[in-house]
Amino acid sequence: MATLTDSRKRELRRELETIVGPDAVLSDPDELLVYESDGLTLFRALADFVVFPTSTEHVSAVVKLANRERLPFVARGAGTGLSGGCLPAEGGVVISLMRMNRVLEVDYDNQLAVVEPGLVNLHLSWKVGPRGYYYAPDPSSQQACTIGGNIANNSGGPHTLKYGVTTNHVLGLQVVMPDGEIVWLGGRTRDAQGYDLAGVFVGSEGTFGIATKIVVRILKKPQAVKTVLAVFDQIDRASAAVSAVIARGLVPAAMEMIDHLTIQAVEDAFNCGYPRDADAALLIELDGLAVGMEGQLERIVEACRDAGARETRTAKSESERQLLWKGRKSAFGAYGRVSPAYMVMDGVIPRTKLPYVLSRVNEIVAAHGLRVGNVFHAGDGNLHPNILYDPRKPGEEERVVAAGAEIMKVCAEVGGSISGEHGIGLEKSDFMPFIFSAADLTLMQRLKNAFNPTGLCNPGKIFPTKKSCVEVGPVAYRPHAIEEKGLAQRF
Amino acid sequence: MSTPTHTSAPAPAGVLNLHGLSVDGVNQCVHCGLCLAYCPTFSELGTEMDSPRGRIFTIKSLAEGRMSLTDSVAQHLSLCLDCRACETVCPAGVPYGRLIEAAKVEIERQQPGALPRRLFRWLNFGLLLGHPRLLRLAAAGARLYQTSGLQQLVRRSGLVKLLPGTLPAWEALLPSVPSKAERTPPPRTTLADGPRRARVAMLTGCIQAVVFGAHNRATARVLARNGCDVLVPEGQRCCGALNAHGGDHARALAMARQTIDAFEAVAADFVIVNVSGCGAHMKAYGHLLADDPAYAERAKRFAATVRDLAEFLAQEPLRGPLQPVTMTCTYHDPCHVVHGQKIKSEPRRLLAQIPGLRLVELPESDWCCGSAGIYNLTQPEMATRLLHRKVGHVLETSAEAVVTANPGCILQIQAGLGAHQSPVRVLHLVEILDRAYGGGE
Ligand SMILES: Cc1cc2nc3c(=O)[nH]c(=O)nc-3n(C[C@H](O)[C@H](O)[C@H](O)COP(=O)(O)OP(=O)(O)OC[C@H]3O[C@@H](n4cnc5c(N)ncnc54)[C@H](O)[C@@H]3O)c2cc1C
Ligand code: SF4
Ligand code: SF4
Repeated sequence: MATLTDSRKRELRRELETIVGPDAVLSDPDELLVYESDGLTLFRALADFVVFPTSTEHVSAVVKLANRERLPFVARGAGTGLSGGCLPAEGGVVISLMRMNRVLEVDYDNQLAVVEPGLVNLHLSWKVGPRGYYYAPDPSSQQACTIGGNIANNSGGPHTLKYGVTTNHVLGLQVVMPDGEIVWLGGRTRDAQGYDLAGVFVGSEGTFGIATKIVVRILKKPQAVKTVLAVFDQIDRASAAVSAVIARGLVPAAMEMIDHLTIQAVEDAFNCGYPRDADAALLIELDGLAVGMEGQLERIVEACRDAGARETRTAKSESERQLLWKGRKSAFGAYGRVSPAYMVMDGVIPRTKLPYVLSRVNEIVAAHGLRVGNVFHAGDGNLHPNILYDPRKPGEEERVVAAGAEIMKVCAEVGGSISGEHGIGLEKSDFMPFIFSAADLTLMQRLKNAFNPTGLCNPGKIFPTKKSCVEVGPVAYRPHAIEEKGLAQRF
Repeated sequence: MSTPTHTSAPAPAGVLNLHGLSVDGVNQCVHCGLCLAYCPTFSELGTEMDSPRGRIFTIKSLAEGRMSLTDSVAQHLSLCLDCRACETVCPAGVPYGRLIEAAKVEIERQQPGALPRRLFRWLNFGLLLGHPRLLRLAAAGARLYQTSGLQQLVRRSGLVKLLPGTLPAWEALLPSVPSKAERTPPPRTTLADGPRRARVAMLTGCIQAVVFGAHNRATARVLARNGCDVLVPEGQRCCGALNAHGGDHARALAMARQTIDAFEAVAADFVIVNVSGCGAHMKAYGHLLADDPAYAERAKRFAATVRDLAEFLAQEPLRGPLQPVTMTCTYHDPCHVVHGQKIKSEPRRLLAQIPGLRLVELPESDWCCGSAGIYNLTQPEMATRLLHRKVGHVLETSAEAVVTANPGCILQIQAGLGAHQSPVRVLHLVEILDRAYGGGE
């Protein structure tokens, strides 16, 4: 792709302005610089333009213009992503959805809401809360991240353990396809006819087009909620407790692990009530019908005690409960108290491998002369080692990247995966071969080509680029393994 | 097609600063974005440059030399309300207020602006705020302008539209200045009623003293009813908060020293403040004067005695007897009380003790109303957007009155409600308390 000349840029700016309006286009270098990264500052890239559409038609017209000019484009929500997903290719157009943030409709009888993609996740729960409803997917960033970003990354959260990830809560989507065409995928009911294209779109990390309207399920708030904090002197015992709870057939709504270093950071931030001298704590929540909840709570407490918990305490009031959650959900940000930067990893492992993997993580990070904090969705085996570093120290970033790659390898080796919820984006594209064969990647590539044949929509993400084992861009047809076995056919 | 680069961050050595003022706090920001949706300007515009994370990034880039202070960069920084909502939510503890104040000093240094703006700043920051007598004279002039019919004439004739730049906004917001009698300061000393709890000194404020003299007198009465000997130190002037927020660093330092001198002279246990910006600013004197050997220690000691009125009163139950004040109220949190001083439950706890008063919560009660010091004069467009938002929420409640604790907010919300011809009144917390004590003049 050729870089744009200044005069061409001015012409294009004028054209973009006629679509979205003069106060909705950025092209000043200082303003573009502010958009150089998302929540992961390790990666940076500059766009030629950032535009702020306010309607589906705006988005479509901008996408068509980008296609005409063969300019890459990428959707951006709040920019809380942790894998560089919303970064532009060098140059091109960033399409910010932050001005499309309305709740268009709430249908309480059918328990659904139609929202624009720039709506902040938590604001949906605020909107339907007074009527006793909420939106279940609760990424820890929910006070800032957008539903559009959640769709793209198929985001999870602490309560994923019981309620599933974003895709379980999306019914349908209006999408501006990578060529600018406007289509609807899925619908307003749970079992839409035909291929589950809404399901295909969710988790596509902005490479299959741009969602402009989203139909999501809203749930009735649970009748009762109980939250318990189990405190451990050894993190291994906390890991054992996680398996013990599940092994006893108990399904908490959430089960979160928070380690010693992270406790220091969140206590510094908000005095949330985590004991500072603990090696680790589990934050466990039960919700649902009030009947039988006490009994379940007792069995959970028992499982924790048997695994070696030094203490368990149940939140006595809603404010105490909120404060514990505030600590958990602010943990990433709170690392700012103990380090100028961090890189969060997002591995998934079988729960039973927790003690082994956590000790490997510690060894790897220590071998690179760095520190790590762990706070994660333990019930799902979704790890978040946060490698702390100082970008001002020469060579630290490189060591962080190296340590991260080793940790990903360990996750893959124990039969896990390299991303639970933060997406592959730029950050993990080169790790894809750890878990996918060349044939798998080719199949995915072909699916992408079906949606995004020009590759202009969010290029450079997901698929390995360097040292790569598959080509980038449209690939020639080769039969996939499952086709050769006669399990699928090409049409 | 080139893939986005993974470049190394620039690594300048030493403490990051803007022309000598440290902005090293930018390194505490981990770019998580958790503050975004709490920032009023970001919520209105959706642009990262107008968010806390974006502004911190901008300040960092300025200090590192990756950006220069162009007009557009200065505009994004100036659009910050300095409301500090971002500080309240930031888990990393970024000292945002200090960063933006340093940035504003730098803007003033590099871009002093056009003549009318400079004149305005000199008039306000240099002359009026620092010289109570001149301020009183100006107040008399403003009152004459308002009561003589000249104001009406200017407004009706459309002359107001001919005023340059943001002057029409200034004209519209010119508070109606009360008569001289209403501007009388509280007595130099008011003795405690009943058993003595503390000896306190009151800040009477600069603009507060002129526009809301009645609040100061009510404050003295309410404090006395709650066991305080109340002193009004002579020689106190403006605390310098507006100067500091406006980037006028040198004068802010001088005013802080002067304020410390004036209050040390009366040796009180506590310094009580009923204006939100002043309280937050005076609590930060220790930081402000840290590099001044003659004042560093004194400033720290002084700052430790500063209390917001509600913060002080709520430490003990209100002393009775309290008369009923029968009305439905809602409470608007002034930024520099709730975010600047982290005081949120105290005013509500005080109101809850008043018989007959029903308190209903205001949605987004801790969002800036757009007043923000002189923001409504310098950024009238954004100020108006935020005011509409605030007034909309007030009208959603069933309240007959909005209670708050800052003169700027009172004027701003009054203006907004006025534009809607709404009968809802705006009162200072101390007015309600005073009424419960059967006060009034
Ligand atoms: C403190 C913190 C805690 C976090 N906790 C969690 C957690 O618990 N669980 C979790 O899953 N994630 C978590 N995240 C990661 C992140 O918040 C999520 O990935 C979130 O969904 C990103 O939303 P966003 O609006 O910020 O999107 P962005 O970062 O702006 O974009 C993310 C991706 O979505 C695409 N995109 C955005 N809008 C659209 C659209 N309308 N149509 C198509 N594609 C679009 C972008 O192109 C990009 O690929 C956390 C992040 C932080 C900083
Ligand atoms: S200011 Fe605080 S909350 Fe905002 S991005 Fe920085 S660290 Fe996160
Ligand atoms: S001080 Fe207020 S306006 Fe300024 S960045 Fe923080 S939240 Fe936004």
